Order: sequence, then structure tokens, then C-alpha cells
Amino acid sequence: MDIRAVTHTARTWPLGLGLRGLVPNSYDLVVFVLIAGGFAALAHAAREMGEPLAVLDVTPVTLDPAHLPEYALRTTTRMFAAVLASLLFTLTVGTWAAKSRRAELVIVPALDILQSVPVLGFLTFTVAFFMRLFPGSQLGAECAAIFAIFTAQAWNMAFSFYQSLRTLPGDLDEVSRHFQLSPWLRFWRLEVPFAAPGLIWNTMMSMSGSWFFVVASEAITVGNTTVMLPGIGSWLAAAIAAKDIASVALAVAAMAVTILAYDQLIFRPIVAWADKFRFEQTAAQHRPQSWVYDVVRRARLIKKISQPVEWAAARLRSLSRRGGGWRGPSLPPYAGKLADACWRAAIVVGIGYALWQAAQYVRLTLGREEVVAVFGLGAVTLVRVVVLIAIASLVWVPIGVWIGLRPWAAQRVQPLAQFLAAFPANVLFPVIVVLIVSWHLDPNIWLSPLMVLGTQWYILFNVIAGASAFPTDLREASALYRLRPPQWWPKVILPGIFPYYVTGALTASGGSWNASIVAEVASWGDTKLEATGLGAYIAEATERGDYARVVLGIVVMSIYVVAFNRLLWGRLYRLAERRFRLV
Amino acid sequence: MEPATDVAPSVRRSAPLVAVEGVSQVYRTGATSDALVLEGVSLVLNDNEIVALLGRSGCGKSTLLRIIAGLMRPTSGAVRIDGVAVEAPASQVAMVFQSFALFPWLTVLENVEIGLEAKGIPAPERHKRALAAIDLIGLDGYESAYPKELSGGMRQRVGLARALVVHPKVLLMDEPFSALDVLTAETLRTDLLDLWCEGRMPISSILMVTHNIEEAVLMCDRILVFSSHPGRIVTEIKVDLPQPRNRLRPDFRQLVDDIYARMTERAPGKSPREGLFAGTGIAMVLPRVSPNLLAGLMETVAAEPYHGRADLPPLAASLQLEVDDLFPIAEVLQLLRFADFEGGDIQLAEAGRRFVQAGPDARKKLFAQHLLTYVPLAGHIKRVLEERASRHAPASRFHDELEDHMSGELAEQTLRAVISWARYGEAFAYDEQAGLFSLDNPT
Repeated sequence: MDIRAVTHTARTWPLGLGLRGLVPNSYDLVVFVLIAGGFAALAHAAREMGEPLAVLDVTPVTLDPAHLPEYALRTTTRMFAAVLASLLFTLTVGTWAAKSRRAELVIVPALDILQSVPVLGFLTFTVAFFMRLFPGSQLGAECAAIFAIFTAQAWNMAFSFYQSLRTLPGDLDEVSRHFQLSPWLRFWRLEVPFAAPGLIWNTMMSMSGSWFFVVASEAITVGNTTVMLPGIGSWLAAAIAAKDIASVALAVAAMAVTILAYDQLIFRPIVAWADKFRFEQTAAQHRPQSWVYDVVRRARLIKKISQPVEWAAARLRSLSRRGGGWRGPSLPPYAGKLADACWRAAIVVGIGYALWQAAQYVRLTLGREEVVAVFGLGAVTLVRVVVLIAIASLVWVPIGVWIGLRPWAAQRVQPLAQFLAAFPANVLFPVIVVLIVSWHLDPNIWLSPLMVLGTQWYILFNVIAGASAFPTDLREASALYRLRPPQWWPKVILPGIFPYYVTGALTASGGSWNASIVAEVASWGDTKLEATGLGAYIAEATERGDYARVVLGIVVMSIYVVAFNRLLWGRLYRLAERRFRLV
Repeated sequence: MEPATDVAPSVRRSAPLVAVEGVSQVYRTGATSDALVLEGVSLVLNDNEIVALLGRSGCGKSTLLRIIAGLMRPTSGAVRIDGVAVEAPASQVAMVFQSFALFPWLTVLENVEIGLEAKGIPAPERHKRALAAIDLIGLDGYESAYPKELSGGMRQRVGLARALVVHPKVLLMDEPFSALDVLTAETLRTDLLDLWCEGRMPISSILMVTHNIEEAVLMCDRILVFSSHPGRIVTEIKVDLPQPRNRLRPDFRQLVDDIYARMTERAPGKSPREGLFAGTGIAMVLPRVSPNLLAGLMETVAAEPYHGRADLPPLAASLQLEVDDLFPIAEVLQLLRFADFEGGDIQLAEAGRRFVQAGPDARKKLFAQHLLTYVPLAGHIKRVLEERASRHAPASRFHDELEDHMSGELAEQTLRAVISWARYGEAFAYDEQAGLFSLDNPT
């Protein structure tokens, strides 16, 4: 009797009822505790979410530290709900854009613009909609908050997924068509695994980026409606209103602990598991580590339980018809071109009509002078962003280069810089406001650094990455030829880190525009400081519930951001590609 | 693994196993121009034989293989497998790829099973067949390894197992050994031939694409020699040598020599020198060959033991160059009238001898002289520069001119080739940043 056949049967029976390994080991205990704890927390949060709105009035958000863990749990649940929704959106919309050329023409520019539109602008419109959807229940407000966080995450993820699908390796694509993999099987065997590393990375980045919006979206003040959902964001808003610095500090600590917790328990294991999806053909020298992943791998009972799951996944994958027909239309080329032209014309007409409607609306409710004034405010904010990014570059590029060229320093500082970039800077705004108020400084100048407080770290850690990746042989050559700093900086290191710098500065500037909405108007207790600028305009209009002005403000900001991106960053990117690539 | 019982070697067929009838493939390159990749290719594959498609890279053999596999539709002509026309990716064939094409996130076992999974075969049977295939090609024990952990030779074995496990009638191989080092490739070839001769593979025939002449003679029963621009079958050579074949035997070497000669044969009716490059006049597509290589080959041929005339097979072997690398250099030398390249030999012309004996400055002058005289595009650029008062001309002007006759990529390649040669000979200068040709010396 073939031993191999026996063990194979034991492994492949649907419920894995082989007798080996039914005894749990200690790792199983740890995993069980983690899973049970997770389910319990989720159930509690879900139940709380469905409570009626009236409960919020009875037990409002208080600054009692005993409630802080529960608030942290609620906030984390909201963020993960948003991540799940974003994943669903990504897998459907991203795939659609990659597979259908006509859909692509609409979806890709839309995603591009939506990435640049300030997220907080969306909040105004969606709150009213969701509250009406679930009248009287907290669920409406929760959905609004989750949707706000979703809009901060979904566009990046969808775009990254779409790009991965468009850059599928040619030979794997041929293999899939050659063995006639059905579209469903191909999706799960080729497309999703290939896109997985980028998608996971983007999800992690989106998760950290959305903390910024959590703070703003949990204390929802739109016009007459004020809802404070239990969570760290509302805690912070309450602390600011009560001028309670100690509570602010507590919130910061709670945030740090929460980030650490889900990083270790959820993201690191996923990154460690996803190492097998890396497309490079050689094993990495430096594999990501995660203690949770190691524990799960060693837990015996879990393996038994995961077998029916694998069996179900395999059945799911085979739910399909055979595929692999010929690529390309069998219509004559001119028919395809005609359909394309009609579709493009339809899009142009649609956009033109929408723009005209919007222009009419704005013209009727506001005047032309207002529009011009808003453009002027936009220019002021633009100047602020440019100046601040320039100052941040001047400060952080030399420091980043110094750190990046020394591996011992880079190893320590790089994760710290990433953490700072992820940390929501708006938590620290109250501190700055206190300083400005007590020293009677001009808000127009001194509120500006707030815009760049959270985003300057992108420049730092990208420059560190660039300097670490700078080829050693070029460094050695410049040392041998004794290049002095006046030659070394412009001819050796700055061109070398240029592509990384452009990435960092682009991200920083995009983040700064978004931050301007919460940075140009800052409050502490009943003191409110305001600077002249487009962000302040939008924030004020949101608070008053003045929809027309909010629309105008958002559109103008989007125009500035998109124009800035295309004219400046697009050019710099192409320059970096052409002249400064080190490969 | 039992050989497939539905195909007995001596069965009489009414139709050949694979019949390619007048297949042509055209790529639309520009608004007006088209590139003819394949022209009227017809071939027949019978049972129980290994056939090679031999030719330089870029002559359309891989395209033909994909058309036979049903991955592409030909512009005209038809492919029939067992008398049935191919309309979609065909299931009676299986392909082995040059780059192995394994899914990095699947284990060896899962990779081998992928074809069976797509056919909807249930899991236990899939396992059984996949394990048997892995055993056959000698990777027993590696079932749960990931491709990252395997060497190149092992990955190609996995690719082979994946192709064999679906029991195809024809095995298509697209340069299967060219991504491997010499020793591994040799081992894999002998193992494959072993399996074939013992009848242990469940396939009827093998169709193999290669650019390695010795490999074709080592393995195949019939060799179809391809020309390029456009791709068509130039000649068919039967190899009657008994297996196992020995590279050092005189009849083997004679056959290799013969094939080199046929590959360097001029196509009848074409002008002797330019016929090797697609296009005529300034629309000639030029390969990017560095002047160092041109000088190096001339010096090698002039020195011992060739003394100005070299037989190609030993030259290629001693320089460790394959056909794809050696032929472009020799063809450019012929274009520049530094050498003659025909009948399986390369012979230095008078100008080539003078080049080898001259010092660096004299070499540059001679090179520039020949470049401007015999490469139409270079002469054209020089004339345009001389006509203009400013002695400058933008590269984009010439690029657009070339794009009327060839694709953007080929235009870029041709222009780069001429720039590189002109810089060597100091015929005219090119400023990369500004994209300008000029007659001034660079400052």
C-alpha cells in the first residue's frame, strides 16, 4: 500500500478527518484567544452601532478615561469597515476599468481627480444622505463616518489595483490563455495574486492616512446637525472644546496603542503571508517577520480547521465555465472605431452638460465676483503650500541624506519617520493654537506650518530611502576623486535621490492641500483662529451648511490640485524617469 | 506514466497531425506602413517526429508557434490540427515557454495542476496525474517548493511537467533552453531526448523553436530554416543521423556547416548587400551594433588562425556568440564594405584589412568615409546638415521621416545606430539633451 496515497487521502478528505494532530498544542491556545477576543469585540461594536440616536443624547461622549478603550474599539471598527468596503470597491471597479476599454475612459480620469479632491469636502453631502437613510438610528451617522473614511482610502487602492492588472506579466498572461483558464479562475489564480503586494501596501498606507479623517468625521457638525459618535475623534473634539490638554495627551496615547495593536495583530501577519506573492524570481534576503504569523503557522488545530476552508475555496474557484477565447474583436476595425468615437462624444456631452449645470447653479446663487475671489483665495493657499514644501525640503533633505547614507541610522530612523507620517497631525493642532493665542502671533503666517506638520515626514522618509538606495560604487568613486561639497551635492547626491524626492514632495503637497481645510481654521475652546485661504473658506462654508459655497470651494481646490499635479509634478516625474533613473 | 494509448506511432492518418497552410501575419505599425512578419508559411507536422523552426530572433518563429497554439489569429491562412481548424487556444497542444512562466505564488504541484484545474478535473485525479508527471521529469520531492526556491533548470522541468500532464498531442517549445546556462541546458536536452526515445512522454510530436543551430541538429528529425523580413521557410533539412548524436562526429559538423551556409545564403533577386536588412535606402532598418564590436570582429578575423577568412561555426564557437549576436555584426561589416559575408564564411575585404592595420585616427577617418558612402541614412543626414546655414538639424525631423516607413521603435533603433557610428567616426555630432545633429565639434 502506498504510504503517500494514504497520507494524501488523509490530507484531502473534505473535512480532514485524519486522526493525526487532533491534539491542540500551546500555539492553538494563543490563536484561540486572539480569535475569540476579536469576535467578541466585533460583536459588541456591531450591537452598539445599531442603537438608536437617542442613546447618544443620554450618554454623550465624556472625557472619562474609563471609556477610552471602548472609544478606541469603535473607531477601529469604523476604519476596518471602511477598509472592507474599499476592498470590495477596488475588486469590482478596478477590474471593470482594466477589462473594459470604454469603462476605462471614464473610470481612470474619475479616480485620478477623486484622488485630488479634498476628502473632507464630501462629508457635507453624505451626512445628510445617510442620516435620512437610517432615520433615528446611530447607523446613519456611523455610515456617514465610514463613508468619509472610505473616500480617503478607496481611490488609491482602486487605482493601484487597476495599474497592477494593466501590467500583468506577458508570459503568465499567455499561460492563462493557453491552458484556457476561465475568467473567474484567472482572476483568483493570476490577477489578484499579482496585484496583492501592491494592494496590501496601499491598504496599509490608506489605513494610516485615514486616521486624519477619522478625527474630522466622528464629530460631525453640518449646518444644524451635530452628531458626536463615540470614538477617539469625538473625544478629541470634546477635549478641544473643554481646553483639556491632559485629555488630548491621553487621546494621542490611545491612538498610538491602537495603531501598534492592529499593526502587530493584523497587518504584519498579512504582510508576512503575502511575501509569497512577490513577483521577483529570487528569494528576498530580508523576509518580513511577524510573531502572530509564526504562531498561526505552528498551531496544529488551526490547520485542521483551515482544511475545510481550503476545500471550499477550491470548489469556489472551479465554479466557472471554460474560457480563453480569442482576444480582440472580430468586428472590422472601423466598426470598433465608430463605437469608440460615439462613446467619447457621449462622455464629452455628459461632462459638458454637468459642468454647465454646475456653473448655472453657482452663477445664480453667487456672483462672478465671488468666483474670482475664491480663485484668489486658492492662489493664497497655493503660495502657502509651495513655500512650506520648499522650506520643509530645505530642512529635511540634508538631514535625510545624512541619515540615509549611514545604514545604522537609517534602520532606526526610517520606521520612526513612517510612523510620524501616518500619525494624524491634527491631533497636535490644539497645542499650536494655544501657543499662537498666548503669544499673540499672526494666524495668517503661523497657522501655515500646521498644513505641513504631518506631511513633511513623507519628504524625509522618501529621501532616506533614496539615499540608502544610492549605489555604493558611485559613492566610492566620488570619494576617490575627492569631490568637495559644492560639487558633491549638485552633481552626485541630489540627482541620485531626485526620483525619490519627487515622490515624497508630491505626496506631501497633496496631503497639504487636504490639510488646509482643517489647518486654516483652528480652534481651542471658544477661541477660533482663522487664516485667509481656500481651506478656511471651505471649512467656514461647511460649518454654515452653505452648500453652494462648499461646491465652489471644492471645485476650485480640485482645479488647483489637478493643474498643479499635471503641470509641475507630471513634468518632474517624466524628467526623473528620463534623466535620473539609476538603472 | 503510461504513454497515451490513443496514439500509436504507426497509425496511418488521413490528415497530418499539424498542417499550417499559407499563414501570413501582418502588424500595423504606422498610419500607412505595415510590417509583414510572416509571409505564406506552410508546413506539416507528422506523428512521431521532432521538428525545429530555426532562425534568427525576430523572424517570426515565436509568432508562428503562437498561431499554431491558437493564441493569435493569423491575418490570412489557416492552421489545422488533426484536420480540424484552430479557432481558439487549442487543447491538443501544450507549450513550454522560454522564460518558464511559472506562477510564483503557487507551489510546484499547484503549478503543474493548473491546466487540469482549468479543465475541471476533480482534485484527487489532478493530484495523481500531477505527481506522476513530476516524478517523470525527475523533480520528485519538490512538490511543495515554490519557484523562487528552484534553479532555472528545475523551473523549466516544472514547465515541462505542466505541459505534459494535460496529455497533448503536440508539444510546442519556444526556445526552451536559451534561458539556461550551457551545462544545465545540455542535461535537460539529454533527459528530454531520453524520455522521447523511450516513449515515456504521452505526446505524438514535438515542434521546437530555436536559434541554436547545434541544438537543432542534436535533437531534431527535420529542420525548417526561417529567413527574416519577412519570415518565411527558406529550406527544409532532414537529419538522418541516428540517436544518440555526437557533436564531434564529422557528419554532424558537416550538417552544421551546411546550415550556416544556407542561413547566410542571399535570397534570389535581392541586391547583394542591402538584401539582409529590411527596407531600402534611408528606410533600411539598422541593428544597434557598437563600433567596438565591429572593430573587434575585424581584428579577430584578421588575426591567427583565420588570416582574413573565417569559417563561421568555429568562429562562433570560439567567440561564444550565437547566430543572433554574430550575424548582425557581420551584416553591418558587409553593409560598410569591410567584409564579405556569404556561403558560411566571412572574409575581410581590402578596406577591412586597411582598417585593422591603421592607427586610431586613420581608423576613424576610414570608418566615417565608408559610413557616409554606404549607409544611406548617414549620408542623408550629412547632406541636410551641409545644406542648412546653421549646420544644425533636429533629430525629430529624421525620426518622423523614418516613421513613414517603419514603426516608432525601429525608427528609434535605426537612428541610434547611426548616431553611435557617426560619433565614432566623427562624421557629425549629436547633442543628446537638445536632440540636435550638428557639424560642429562638441565643446
